[in-house]
Amino acid sequence: MKKVLLTAIALLFAAFPAYTALQAGGKPAAVGAKGEKVFTITIKDFMFSSSDLHVPVGSKVTWLNQDEEPHTVVEINRAFSSTALDTDEKFTYQFKRAGKYKFFCTLHPRMTGTITVEAR
Amino acid sequence: MSRRIIHDHNHDGIDRRGFLECMAWVGTGALCVLSGGVLKSYALSEAPQAAEALSGADFSFVQISDSHIGFNKAANPDVSATLQAAIDKINALPTRPSFVLHTGDITQLSKPEEFDTAAQILKNLKTDQIFYVPGEHDVLDQTGKLYRDRHGMNSQGDGWYSFNAKGAHFVGLVNVMNLKAGGLGYLGDEQLEWLEKDLAGVSNSTPIVAFAHIPLWSVYPEWGWGTDDSARALSYLKRFGSVTVLNGHIHQTMRKVEGNVTFHTAMSTAFPQAAPGTPNASPGPMAVPAGQLRDVLGVTSAQFARGQHALAVTDSTLSGASAAAMPMVSQTGGNR
Repeated sequence: MKKVLLTAIALLFAAFPAYTALQAGGKPAAVGAKGEKVFTITIKDFMFSSSDLHVPVGSKVTWLNQDEEPHTVVEINRAFSSTALDTDEKFTYQFKRAGKYKFFCTLHPRMTGTITVEAR
Repeated sequence: MSRRIIHDHNHDGIDRRGFLECMAWVGTGALCVLSGGVLKSYALSEAPQAAEALSGADFSFVQISDSHIGFNKAANPDVSATLQAAIDKINALPTRPSFVLHTGDITQLSKPEEFDTAAQILKNLKTDQIFYVPGEHDVLDQTGKLYRDRHGMNSQGDGWYSFNAKGAHFVGLVNVMNLKAGGLGYLGDEQLEWLEKDLAGVSNSTPIVAFAHIPLWSVYPEWGWGTDDSARALSYLKRFGSVTVLNGHIHQTMRKVEGNVTFHTAMSTAFPQAAPGTPNASPGPMAVPAGQLRDVLGVTSAQFARGQHALAVTDSTLSGASAAAMPMVSQTGGNR
């Protein structure tokens, strides 16, 4: 019985990070060269695939533009700022500090999203 | 075109039929005729009416928009050719336009070579001068320097300016800079203060033409088709007897009259975009079946004539296809 419970707990923990990433609309994290988690937000039809993504501190987030229209990804306080991304171009930022980061496309400012960087 | 509005749910002077009629103008260029302070517009495809309007006009000018030089995807692999076709159309007008307004998105990606190609093609226009305002595609460097170096010579701030022509006052506005997260087009305090001062010395009877890239009226905010602080700009224009607002950005013609103000958006010379709110659509380039592209691209002409009330504005397509030949019109058939 104890073993079953432990297994269940282990499964829960194993499943949880993937669940939060999916819940937030982001793709399940890949792992970068230095062990950091890598998330991808695609831009399609004037929308970010995730507008409310939670990631652990140290994670990298890549925005990939799949529209025929150029877009930018800019944090409202300019913590990060991409140049204009044309079709299939991407921009990556590594979040080294916990906090909430609200970003938008400066060309189509109705496109907004938030990244919540959680301390480990 | 005159008729009674039957269902004006939003009190904006547009009912469903009126909207469909407006949409029937999609893909035409427009000829604007300022006649006694009244801007009248004609589809360039409505050549006989336009010619008639022009004959009584004091002068005319043409609006082109959204040439997107550098764009090369399925919706239009050759935007240079369609811009040239628009120029051919303008050069073939019965009356040479005094000047041309380009309401932005000259380029696709604000690249120097795109600005150069556009300038090279636009040199072929038979007119005295071309006046520009930037679209968001022209200021991708976020400073607008590339744009202003080429087209901002006599402008203020991010590129706004005014000029007088044959008794009318023209104001070129910039609403594609410093956009706010979650917002729409934006003019900003500095420009609005300038506008108020600029208009202070202009008499109420002077016809006003204000032009900017993003619509200065709320076309469809869900797609960003409006300007956050346009109400303040329009408040400065209230006292004038004749105000015409010309915009681009939405790649289709729409018209709305609100008191003394006539709003008009022009077609693109590059590619069409979906009608606002089209299910499963986004405000990006829209591919149309081969052979139909030039039915949905065009230019706008305007004529001024003294003693009349509004600028005459005409839209016409590159193909010459009349608005009546377009699918949307069949829905209003018999009611016009």
